Amino acid sequence: MSPAAAPVLAPAPRGELSAILLGALAGAPFALDLDLPFPEGDALSDEDLHLSLYLCYELHYRGVPGADERWEWEPSLLAVRRRLERRFEAALEALVPRGDEGVPPEEVDLALREIADADEGRSLSAHVEREAGLDEVREFLVHRSAYQLKEADPHSWALPRLYGAPKAALVEIQADEYGGGRADRIHAELFAGAMAALGLDARYGAHLDRIPGVTLATVNLMSLFGLHRRLRGAIVGHLALFEMTSSIPNGRYARGLRRLGLGDGATAFFDEHVEADAVHENVAAVDLAGGLVRQDPRMAADVLWGARTLAALDRRWCDHVLDAWEAGETSLLAPLEDTDG
Amino acid sequence: MADERPDVTITPYRDGPLLVRGPFRIEDMHGNPIQTDRETVALCRCGKSRIRPFCDGSHKLVRFRAPTGAERGRQ
Repeated sequence: MSPAAAPVLAPAPRGELSAILLGALAGAPFALDLDLPFPEGDALSDEDLHLSLYLCYELHYRGVPGADERWEWEPSLLAVRRRLERRFEAALEALVPRGDEGVPPEEVDLALREIADADEGRSLSAHVEREAGLDEVREFLVHRSAYQLKEADPHSWALPRLYGAPKAALVEIQADEYGGGRADRIHAELFAGAMAALGLDARYGAHLDRIPGVTLATVNLMSLFGLHRRLRGAIVGHLALFEMTSSIPNGRYARGLRRLGLGDGATAFFDEHVEADAVHENVAAVDLAGGLVRQDPRMAADVLWGARTLAALDRRWCDHVLDAWEAGETSLLAPLEDTDG
Repeated sequence: MADERPDVTITPYRDGPLLVRGPFRIEDMHGNPIQTDRETVALCRCGKSRIRPFCDGSHKLVRFRAPTGAERGRQ
């Protein structure tokens, strides 16, 4: 059950726009009529908007099952994507004001730490460590699979946009994410192993139809930042905060899985991240983010904005999941079956 | 350039671990190897890690403070 396996099923539409896009993608590219029914719901979680945007981005990653690959650079589809991105980015700016603050390069790690420490909301990892049941842990893995089966890929888009010290720092992190030259140590592969250990289908994209917009938004955030050179500061800040808020929660997830009687096959991904991210967080905050600001002080504001938008969207995602579980409901669009699969 | 630097570099990160880069080897006091697959490792500096000698991020929970440079007789 490796994520290297081909994507499985074409996803189901979630509204008028995604239905039109999925219909179009199945055939040869043509110039889309841009007078489309664009979704008007909450641009931070709308199902139709975030599935549509996710599909646009997936063409640049592992592809959309059943889609003609030539759609990737079809100008009219890029225009659709741009319109969705504008709404998403505007909503992000409304959620997290985008300042023009300057931070000295040697204090970027401290400014990022302040953002990490500011989140005092409910902790999903503490819940998993202490009391989550197996059903909840399986749902948690399904949510995370939207990113974790292509872990590190959105940040790799930044590599050709960087040079010198911050580039070396990003390569140092990514080399580790990609297994240090060993395919079985690629973090995405370790995640697939954890899914398989919990009886989940670990094929790339297998659960997309169950993953809500509030979760897809956290992945679209990385693709938006990664695919636009003008947002290179934001993708760097995103990675730095991601790494800085990783080792402790992953230790909690591993302990939660062991509490439920699961073995190394299930915990390897989380154990690996405790040790790996304790390295990465320093490299990302000091050498990557600090190094980028040292080269170009104007990057500071976007580094912090990228970090803050990650914290804000993750908070919304975490609250969604915990609210659903507290209400005794599934946090997914459709519950997992016992045999799923 | 790289050839002007020692083979192994140890960097104390502010309020965090010691990062070790280069062709290092870690052994216990009896000469037994301590296994790591990583090219760069973070060694615990706060004492609270659950995976010593490696760092697990616990320094953040205990608000460990230490400079990146050398101390000269801390008060």
